[in-house]
Amino acid sequence: MLNTKVIFSASFLVLAFSQAAHTAEPRFPVNFPEPKEGQYVHVPPTLQDLEEASIHPELKRVIRRGYDLFTNTQQLKGENVFNDMNCSSCHLGAGAQPFSAPVWPAAVVLPNFRPKNQQVNSLEERIAGCFSYSMNGKPPEYGSDNMVALTAYHQWLAKGVPIYQPGNSLYGRGYPIDEPEQEPSYARGKELYEANCSICHADDGAGLAVRDESQFPALWGDGSYNWGAGIIRIFTMAGFIHHNMPLGQPHSMDVQESWDLAAYINSQERPQDPRYTGDVRETRELYLETFHKDTYYGLEKEGRLMGDHMDLGRKDFLKPDVLRARTFE
Amino acid sequence: MKILSHIPLISACITLGFAVQANAIDGDATRGQAAAAVCTACHQADGSGMYMPGGESWPRLAGLDAAYIYKQLKDFNEGTRKNASMAPFAAMLNDQQMRDVSVYYSEMPATAGKGGESADEEMLKWGETLAIHGDWSRYIPSCQSCHGPDNLGAGEHFPAIAGQHSGYIEAQLLAWQKETRQNDPQHLMLAIAERLSPYDIQAVSAWLSMQPSQ
Repeated sequence: MLNTKVIFSASFLVLAFSQAAHTAEPRFPVNFPEPKEGQYVHVPPTLQDLEEASIHPELKRVIRRGYDLFTNTQQLKGENVFNDMNCSSCHLGAGAQPFSAPVWPAAVVLPNFRPKNQQVNSLEERIAGCFSYSMNGKPPEYGSDNMVALTAYHQWLAKGVPIYQPGNSLYGRGYPIDEPEQEPSYARGKELYEANCSICHADDGAGLAVRDESQFPALWGDGSYNWGAGIIRIFTMAGFIHHNMPLGQPHSMDVQESWDLAAYINSQERPQDPRYTGDVRETRELYLETFHKDTYYGLEKEGRLMGDHMDLGRKDFLKPDVLRARTFE
Repeated sequence: MKILSHIPLISACITLGFAVQANAIDGDATRGQAAAAVCTACHQADGSGMYMPGGESWPRLAGLDAAYIYKQLKDFNEGTRKNASMAPFAAMLNDQQMRDVSVYYSEMPATAGKGGESADEEMLKWGETLAIHGDWSRYIPSCQSCHGPDNLGAGEHFPAIAGQHSGYIEAQLLAWQKETRQNDPQHLMLAIAERLSPYDIQAVSAWLSMQPSQ
């Protein structure tokens, strides 16, 4: 049975997306899936809600700093971020948008066991993972001002959601996508990329910088995520594309097209996986079940062995020190 | 061998100098100034255009990306962008002249926009919200997510809109809604424009017009 929270929030969502500004049928309708029975729907608070909230002004300031770091992560370039990405490059709507890996679920399911590193992770440790892989960088220190600001922003977005919800019951979590009918195709993906993506992300995948500021994120090369980032998994990239790209036109790429595009983009070279042992095939095997079974890392694609290099992108270390094993011994 | 074969090209570049290296669309600003004689009645000698309260505002061209201006001129001449006032003037320019005037205007210092002065504070605040953060509850990304840092443009496809006249921005957004303007690549603008309310359009146009144009 649906609980009241689900019914209320779901109808709110449908209403919000169906409000046409003018009478004609929209040419680019926004049709996100209806919530399934029993799914928990959460509409995160907005910046306006933050202004009006009755919380300590100092907390508001810290949450706003978290928002600012989330949407302009490039301010940490050279310190924590060594590529051209912002958190909001992949988490659209400043981390609040459903089907764009909204970040509020992290605040209500963590600490939790995480298959990727086979240990229980806190929210700070989860964010450290993003910095190490997606930003090809070095996380801010645990407990530092920036780390606390980021976690405060995550927690604020989760306002009102009961803690330790079952993760798979959260509406719009991650980038869910169906399996493709055909094997994803590099060739079809290339053609689709040139027609739909290169206007912003460029034919060489480098994206676009405007007056030295990153405008459109790099999808491969030194400015992009490394071989250990979640979105290097083909299903993750396919789901991101299907629900979010091109910007403003969700679901304009169908399921097959999204997989084809993901296959093309994630067959391009990028900085090394921080877990690299010095042997790409060995590293693939080591993290096969927990990660690389869904990537092309250590496989031959288009005549090249993917990830067989010591290119670290724009940083001078392979693995940040803070990524360490926990044993609770 | 490879190096030698480039020498004629290099010396050609040195001889032609500025005109060759200045821009990607192969136009010349000096020739552009002469060809732009037909443009100045509306767009003004300094490229500032004109804000017309209640009428058709003429856009500021000064400082816009040359390739963007060139594409718009081409679209007017090929009929993929339609405007009754603009069509006869665009038709007076051949391809080289379109390139030349585009470079000419792109190299002018950007002038200030007009039209937002009468908007109230609440409207301007909403315009700022849309321009900088968007309204994701209606799937409206911010203007700057395509139009670049401070909405001062991003590459050849996403023109500067900060410091553009509000009447012009408003007219374009309405044109996308009515589908009388459709020449945006991949309809990236149309998809957003059709989700905007009349108040959104007024607010965002007013706020953008008051922002620094450079």
